[in-house]
Amino acid sequence: MAIDPQPEAGLPAGGPVSAFPPAPEGVSAADHGPWYLAYKRFIRNRMAVGFLVLFVLIVLFVLAAPLWADHVAHTGPNQSHTLEKLHVNGEVREVVTPEGRPIGPQWFEAGGKFFLGADSRLGRDEMVRLMYGGRTSLFIGVVSGLITTLVAVILGLLAGYYRGWVDAIIARILDVLWSLPVLLFGIALGVSLAVGGLQLGPIEIEGGSIWIPIFVISVFTVPYVARPIRGEVLALGEKEFVEAAVAQGAGPVRVMFGEILPNLASTIIVFFTLNIANNMLFEAALSFLGAGVQPPNSSWGTMISVGEELLTTEPLLAIIPGVMILLTVLSLNIVGDGLRDALDPRSKVRLEAHAGMVEPEGSSV
Amino acid sequence: MTDENLLEVTDLVKHFPIKQGILIDREVDQVRAVDGISFYVERGSTLGLVGESGSGKSTACRAVMQLTKPTSGSIKFEGREIAGLSRRKMQPLRREMQMIFQDPYASLNPRKRVGQIVADPLKQQGVARGSDLRKRVQELLERVGLSSEHYNRFPHEFSGGQRQRIGIARALALQPKLVIADEPVSALDVSIQAQIINLLDDLQDELGLTYLFVAHDIGVVRHISDRIAVMHNGKIVEEGTADQVCEHPRDDYTKKLLAAVPIPDPRESRARRAA
Ligand SMILES: Nc1ncnc2c1ncn2[C@@H]1O[C@H](COP(=O)(O)OP(=O)(O)OP(=O)(O)O)[C@@H](O)[C@H]1O
Ligand SMILES: [Mg+2]
Repeated sequence: MAIDPQPEAGLPAGGPVSAFPPAPEGVSAADHGPWYLAYKRFIRNRMAVGFLVLFVLIVLFVLAAPLWADHVAHTGPNQSHTLEKLHVNGEVREVVTPEGRPIGPQWFEAGGKFFLGADSRLGRDEMVRLMYGGRTSLFIGVVSGLITTLVAVILGLLAGYYRGWVDAIIARILDVLWSLPVLLFGIALGVSLAVGGLQLGPIEIEGGSIWIPIFVISVFTVPYVARPIRGEVLALGEKEFVEAAVAQGAGPVRVMFGEILPNLASTIIVFFTLNIANNMLFEAALSFLGAGVQPPNSSWGTMISVGEELLTTEPLLAIIPGVMILLTVLSLNIVGDGLRDALDPRSKVRLEAHAGMVEPEGSSV
Repeated sequence: MTDENLLEVTDLVKHFPIKQGILIDREVDQVRAVDGISFYVERGSTLGLVGESGSGKSTACRAVMQLTKPTSGSIKFEGREIAGLSRRKMQPLRREMQMIFQDPYASLNPRKRVGQIVADPLKQQGVARGSDLRKRVQELLERVGLSSEHYNRFPHEFSGGQRQRIGIARALALQPKLVIADEPVSALDVSIQAQIINLLDDLQDELGLTYLFVAHDIGVVRHISDRIAVMHNGKIVEEGTADQVCEHPRDDYTKKLLAAVPIPDPRESRARRAA
């Protein structure tokens, strides 16, 4: 060998070179993984953290529905109190007036009963319905988000990894779904399924079930997630670490799930968060139009639809569930954006490029 | 053919179709990335494969490693034809031949810890597990000049040279006979290039490895190669012993490559640049 080794300038033998200072002794090296760095970036984003807290509060609020119903309101979400009267401060108030006007917010004057008033001429407790309705809306949003993400990731992995005709078929199906006027088809599908129910192989869904809107929403949102995932899988599939795995004898399953999937994690998390928000809006629109959650069950969408009838006299009935949707969707979007900033692959590239530059000076001839 | 040759490649061709079409892709042309090359690598020796960017070196390596299906041609490893073998049939041969990749930033999965990256081939081939696995990985890391404390770190915490060492540890984990090093130092700074080349040289002596060593810089392969093959536009234009090719080049393209070799002494190099 005629080449003289020079010490790697500025590099203690084997010391890590990082865009971040090396871990002090005693700190577990695991703390400096990509997740830890993303977490650090996320918590520096005050706004995203603030809205994450808001979202958690909303979740806690809807989870508390049975507690409120049993111990404060002493009623259920679908229970009618049309002919009942409330005794408030020695005064008698009708839950629904003979003209069909529901009682307004009582706050704590009736011991928490009809906190936000009654919902309609049926005299149901608006607060209880709001909490249970939120459960339904969030449940539909999260579950259809999970289904969409799962299906989209599998389709994206298959299309992006196998390419060729597998990709062609999947891409065409997604194109078709993508180009449909979603709301129109959603309504048509939702209405017909809500009447007739759905039979999917061994799974049978009854007409009024909330699994109908979940199914409709999942079907129509898959392309929005599957497409970007496919694109990312295509790019990752070209990476040399995938070839290294194949050179070791790894098969398609290990390559897709062991090598590529972990690199999709940040995309999946961001899309999942934004997807829940979109799905909740979709659910609200479907339910408002009668193609989503079916009466007597409540969701924030159906509550707006019920409240809309009394919009001039009791505007709060439509505004309150509307504001709940707004806050939830807004918080999920801001948290999603914050997660994207924290996890974004591009910011990782920047980080890597920087780490690469830490190499000793000297012109590459 | 002789027993001396670990690898024999004959008339290897790899063409990439250029496709176009709206609904159904039609093949309109081909990229002749590798256009009928033949070479052999003797057991325990090093063949340097040089050529400019885009001359088809990586494609040739991929075809030999069966990472891409060759269009035609024969690849014999220890006298056995491996071109077109199924993944299952190829599986045991994966232990015998491993590759070091060109791009230290793309060749390590950013979501995996270093220990896992080096352990993967051992797990995949069912060679070691449990505490034995960890011990072997740590030994490998130390052998390539890293510390066993790097086991739990992620690739982004390392410099290019260190990453390439991780790639070398991964390639050596299965104790292969043939190591294909695809421009292992091109992405690195010159001073570090020497270290990595010296490491590969030491490992060859110690483990009796056979190298197919790729570079675009003939100066890099000159010292470690026994033979050199010069590749240009998918074809091998000149092949011979290292001294023969470097001292008495016959092909014009080889002469051009030799003229582009940087001068190792920085002062002289600076003088030349100033001139
Ligand atoms: N998957 C592919 N599809 C189409 N063309 C390809 C593909 N891979 C490589 N090529 C083309 O084949 C030719 C040779 O590429 P290759 O990567 O083998 O060159 P190389 O000698 O390794 O160059 P470098 O020094 O830049 O790595 C190039 O023109 C490249 O564009
Ligand atoms: Mg190359």
